[in-house]
Amino acid sequence: MPTVFVNDKPVEIGTRKLNCVQAAELAGTEVPHYCWHPELSVVASCRMCLVEVGELKDGKVTMQPKVVPGCQTPVKDGTVIVTGDYAKRDQNVAPLSYDANYKPADRAKKSQADTLEGLLINHPLDCPVCDKAGECKLQDYSYQFGRSESRMIDVKNTPANKPGLSSKITLFTDRCILCTRCVRFTREISGTAELLVVGRGHHEEIDVFPGRPLENKLSGNVVDLCPVGALGSKDFLYTQRVWYLKTTDNVCSGCSTGCSVHTDTNKDIVYRLRARPNPDAQGHFICDEGRWGYHFTNSPDRFTKPLTKTDGKFSHTPYAEMFPKLKADIVAAVKADAASVVVVLSPFLTVEEAFQWATAAKSWDKGVRLALGPVPMVGVDDSYPKDVKGNPVAPAKFVIRAEKCPNRLGVEMVLQHFQGSVTPFAGIGATTAVVFVGGYPEPVTAEALTGVVLPDLLVVQDLFTSPLAKAAKYLLPGTSNFEKDGTFLNHAGYAQTFARAANPPKEVRSELQVACDLAGKRGLAQASAVRKDLAKTFPALAALAEPKAAAKGAARLELQTV
Amino acid sequence: MSTTRVEKDVKWIDEPKLGLFENLYLPIVFDGLKTTISHLFTRKVTESYPEQEPTMVPNYRGVHRLNRDTEGRTKCVACYMCATACPAHCIDIVAAPAPADWVGREKYPETFVIDELRCIYCGMCEEACPVDAIELTTLYDLTGLSREQLIFDKEKLLSVYDQTVKAGTDPVRTQSGNLGPASDTAQAGVPKA
Repeated sequence: MPTVFVNDKPVEIGTRKLNCVQAAELAGTEVPHYCWHPELSVVASCRMCLVEVGELKDGKVTMQPKVVPGCQTPVKDGTVIVTGDYAKRDQNVAPLSYDANYKPADRAKKSQADTLEGLLINHPLDCPVCDKAGECKLQDYSYQFGRSESRMIDVKNTPANKPGLSSKITLFTDRCILCTRCVRFTREISGTAELLVVGRGHHEEIDVFPGRPLENKLSGNVVDLCPVGALGSKDFLYTQRVWYLKTTDNVCSGCSTGCSVHTDTNKDIVYRLRARPNPDAQGHFICDEGRWGYHFTNSPDRFTKPLTKTDGKFSHTPYAEMFPKLKADIVAAVKADAASVVVVLSPFLTVEEAFQWATAAKSWDKGVRLALGPVPMVGVDDSYPKDVKGNPVAPAKFVIRAEKCPNRLGVEMVLQHFQGSVTPFAGIGATTAVVFVGGYPEPVTAEALTGVVLPDLLVVQDLFTSPLAKAAKYLLPGTSNFEKDGTFLNHAGYAQTFARAANPPKEVRSELQVACDLAGKRGLAQASAVRKDLAKTFPALAALAEPKAAAKGAARLELQTV
Repeated sequence: MSTTRVEKDVKWIDEPKLGLFENLYLPIVFDGLKTTISHLFTRKVTESYPEQEPTMVPNYRGVHRLNRDTEGRTKCVACYMCATACPAHCIDIVAAPAPADWVGREKYPETFVIDELRCIYCGMCEEACPVDAIELTTLYDLTGLSREQLIFDKEKLLSVYDQTVKAGTDPVRTQSGNLGPASDTAQAGVPKA
């Protein structure tokens, strides 16, 4: 087995093609880097990852006389890597037999400090006003590897800021360290190539071509990629300091790609979404639609109270008053004709919620029908990178799907299990009672309702007002995907369990809770408990029973049809 | 066990026996009177507050002020360091991009509110401030008729600055040492962008 030695620690790399940074990561040693990114080409321009490299042959180590950039140096069997952190190495591992004159890490350490000093020459050090402060790699590495005082006595370069770079993104030019991650992203991942480096030497700047701003559907990723505070999202600019934010691992509900995201919240307000690298779901990036599409959850227009319609007017009714009436109405309708009672489950529900609702519906009567809510489709799948004419180039590195809901497959799986087939919303036919469990970030349009005759007894749980909500007799407030804990199955049947990032408004009961309440199941609804039932019912999701595996997204549904 | 240990540790001292001189009492009385009378001839130290207001030591930690730069703008860059450092959570800031005509400034506090009743006057905020924008002044007589009156907003805090500058009671910490680069820029209004 090929073995690499990182700070004396042997690590087996198998058949993978790794560079020194990756090999060190395997050994649990972080090699600081700015310009290197696993998804982008290697340029070795920041010089932060300089390491000492040598070779172990016949029990003797021969070190190269110079430091080399770790990101650009591939490793092979017997490669010896000495990083600047050699002093913090695992003391239980026996040291290799270096040359007597060789002092491990001396050069690497000095190189790191010198590199940082160079990067900070023109950096304005305006951390107090910089949004990146607190999660800035320049801050972190300066603290870990740099020197505490600047020797710079000359006037710093102060190039003008470029707020016109994009409608969504601003560039603080003076903070840039020219790692060119953003430039490479627009060239290699989005393929739109808006960004470029202009100027020479210390006057290099990131810029766009005149009249061609950074406007593509993946542009927000350059903000995540920027290791310093140069590229800022205008949406998040100056709204919060990052150390106030609580990060929760979540799944984007924008389309059926089901991107893994970090949701940053403070006091139950969602402030920012960031891409969470997950090779099984989407890779390292997310689209702008998802990134800036969280605003609906903070919207003041959301339903926040349970409402009952009397004489054509909605009035606030507490749950304790509403549920007995609501349940009596449904029971009466079920008794009259169970087949004319339909529970519509939207593709925005989690698998747990759909399962619980289906269980509740079948507990009223086996004859109660289930249907799939309207599936929003916009255009066609949009795959990146694009060529110069805007046509997608194979192989696709990122796909924004046309199906603008996160969990159609999951809900369909539940519907299949309970009644053997999936009835679309348009095909529910004649009904006497409909329970519509929504959660649509974009209100259900009138078009989605064409051909559907809504009965008098219409129960709607949704986020925003719509023709459907207006027709409801009982109107329950819904929760957004940030306010629940559950599992989504993406377009490929990949199951991702996520945690709740924020609490819903005070008087909102989650879809899961309402399902439990209406099924006569008492107490607080727990998604994790439902998940255990799910794991038993669906063998493909058996891994979800283990909380740790569920969080990692270990389960994958075997698809019947693609 | 514990009692024996206590007994062992206790040292008993007998009351001193009083002699004839002590039993007379009068010498001690005169000794006391001597101290009292001597004070009639020394400098008065009693301050008759509130008729007479004391001058506080310059490093007294009283009401906060928000400093202005040379152009009269608030020096604060809304970095939230004070709010982060505040152990009483009494500072509330809402940041915003600085107005377009503020040359050299990118971020400023749209609102800056200190709840003076919550504040414990520890001075951590001025210690945390990278631009010396917030300072505790020597104003100590903080009174109000309602709780709301003592929730100071940005205008009020800037007016405290104007008031203390006018009265010549700048806190001792002002200009006391080398300020960071962020402060220098904010102070001198040096064009940066």
